[in-house]
Amino acid sequence: MAAYPAWDQDSARMIVAGLAHLEGATLPMLHALQDEFGYVDPQAVPLIAEALNLSRAEVHGAISFYHDFKTAPQPARIVKLCRAEACQALGCETVVKELSAKHGIAVDDHHAGDAIVETVYCLGNCALGPSALVDGELIGRVDAARIAGLCQHGKAHS
Amino acid sequence: MSAAPVRIFVPIDAAALSVGAEAVAQAIASEATTRGLSVEIVRNGSRGMLWLEPLVEVETNEGRIAYGPVAAKDVASLFDAGFASGGAHALRLGKTEELDWMKRQQRLAFERVGVIDPLSIADYRAHGGFKGLEKALALTGGEIVEAVKASGLRGRGGAGFPTGIKWKTVHDAKAEQKYIVCNADEGDSGTFADRMLFEGDPYLVIEGMTIAAIAVGATRGYIYLRSEYPHAHRMLQRAILKAEAAGLIGASILGSEHAFHLEVRLGAGAYICGEETSLLESLEGKRAIVRAKPPLPALQGLFGKPTVVNNVLSFAAVPWILDHGAQAYADYGMGRSRGTLPVQLGGNVRRGGLIELAFGISLREIIEDMGGGTLSGRPIRAVQVGGPLGAYLTAGQLDVQMDYEALAAMRAMLGHGGIVVFDDSVDMARQARFAFEFCAKESCGKCTPCRIGATRGVETMDRIIAGAEVPKNIAVLRDLSKLMTDASLCAMGGLTPMPVLSALNHFPEDFDRPPLPLAAE
Repeated sequence: MAAYPAWDQDSARMIVAGLAHLEGATLPMLHALQDEFGYVDPQAVPLIAEALNLSRAEVHGAISFYHDFKTAPQPARIVKLCRAEACQALGCETVVKELSAKHGIAVDDHHAGDAIVETVYCLGNCALGPSALVDGELIGRVDAARIAGLCQHGKAHS
Repeated sequence: MSAAPVRIFVPIDAAALSVGAEAVAQAIASEATTRGLSVEIVRNGSRGMLWLEPLVEVETNEGRIAYGPVAAKDVASLFDAGFASGGAHALRLGKTEELDWMKRQQRLAFERVGVIDPLSIADYRAHGGFKGLEKALALTGGEIVEAVKASGLRGRGGAGFPTGIKWKTVHDAKAEQKYIVCNADEGDSGTFADRMLFEGDPYLVIEGMTIAAIAVGATRGYIYLRSEYPHAHRMLQRAILKAEAAGLIGASILGSEHAFHLEVRLGAGAYICGEETSLLESLEGKRAIVRAKPPLPALQGLFGKPTVVNNVLSFAAVPWILDHGAQAYADYGMGRSRGTLPVQLGGNVRRGGLIELAFGISLREIIEDMGGGTLSGRPIRAVQVGGPLGAYLTAGQLDVQMDYEALAAMRAMLGHGGIVVFDDSVDMARQARFAFEFCAKESCGKCTPCRIGATRGVETMDRIIAGAEVPKNIAVLRDLSKLMTDASLCAMGGLTPMPVLSALNHFPEDFDRPPLPLAAE
């Protein structure tokens, strides 16, 4: 379970400054900020722009291009469910339907308690699907009940 | 007296962890403590027999004995059966090296994966590691490039471009700074070879990139790894630190005058970053918008400097080539596809995993003999080869050989070597729709055929699935596919029609749908 501190502009500035020496530092900075706060607040845009001598538009453009970067606080538990072809062949779409029908969890747009189930495409576990990634741990052969349990677990500990 | 501890191997590969390897390792440690047995638990990579994970091995006088799939609850009974000395048990599979799955392979890149402790430099060296690098240090850059050319190695990312020719271009370019970039954005569904290498033998890719650096005169390198691989990321970061501390890379490669600074960079969930120019834009910190070629990345790549961009598996092939000689590598394979290919078998298959073989084996041998057919037990209906941009083949087409040209001749492609099996419950019109949907989500948006075409494709497929004017909409689908193939800037839009048209051509019955009944108000 991830518990993040509230956005803090001063510590964000320190994180950005600590990475400014890297070549092409934008993505490392965005990852570091998201690792720290769970998301990248729009206040990060001028910080990064100034540190790297970029326009705000360039920084905003990078943030908005990549699926990973979130610009608002996220639920405490994020369950990434693979819905690419290899997991389709093993019934991941049935998992999605059951999550909705039996557990009231709509993938990608409904926060079940303090958790969200997100679509991703391929976790590299294609021989043991359907697969999910939760708090950095990979789970193979998942079904709807297990994912719903993970979402509940998230609520219980938030 | 105290006997040497028994060495027990429990994989730390993410696939093994996904089915409980961590709990198994903990159970073995605590059971051994309870019984007063001295054991050394080695966290190795996976042998690639993923249906047997967690696969536990015990080192005995006769060799390593495999047990699997082991659950934590089996551990006590394994100790009762004397598995620490290779004792009989229902889960005992026999000597790992003599299992049919292993015996049938020709493992060059994967020779150490699952065998060694992935982070032990001593283990790596004891199993032949760094021999290629040591030989490379005695050669000129030009001689290394010639060896890679002579091996016939072609880029394993999917395009199959000769690696040596790419290296020659960078070698001949004049610049103060050159770069080596490893494309580890393994986004294709059905592929996991890069991940397994990083988690099972990370120094191999580091060694391959270092040889490339010496060959072309580059001093900086980046591994661009997808963010969906947190385990591989941790392993690579630790391996790079250890390699630097051991003087293998850094200011001086093994005490030579060559420097090579290597970093891992994480992607951020964008499939397009597997396209090399988009990957370079991302490394530069920008939106990953595909670049027009020319200029080639070999001449104007990362930050505009000459850059070798190769796939993980291409770099992984290089140390073996330098160590054993270009001809020895070229002796494997068929036609213009030389060497070996790590094939990844997944989807609805009974025995899925990693199989490294010389080019030329048939799809049928891989899926039926090694894979054992579908996991569901139902008939195979479709097989997608080469990732989300690869063609769907029918059960009747499986005699094709794994070879770049043989697959291209049937309007399919080998890609990164991923094979995804579907049983007869698959709806191929839905798969065609998904190909467009995926393209619409992942298109970088630079060129119109891909950006707009993918969305139009989803809409057209929705009409076909609803049974609306099917013949007319199929004509639209073919027209759109031709446009995307001919006019897209890169392979994302250019190849999305491949799964679509293969589904349409090979499974027309799934597209011939009656009108859906109108939903009741």
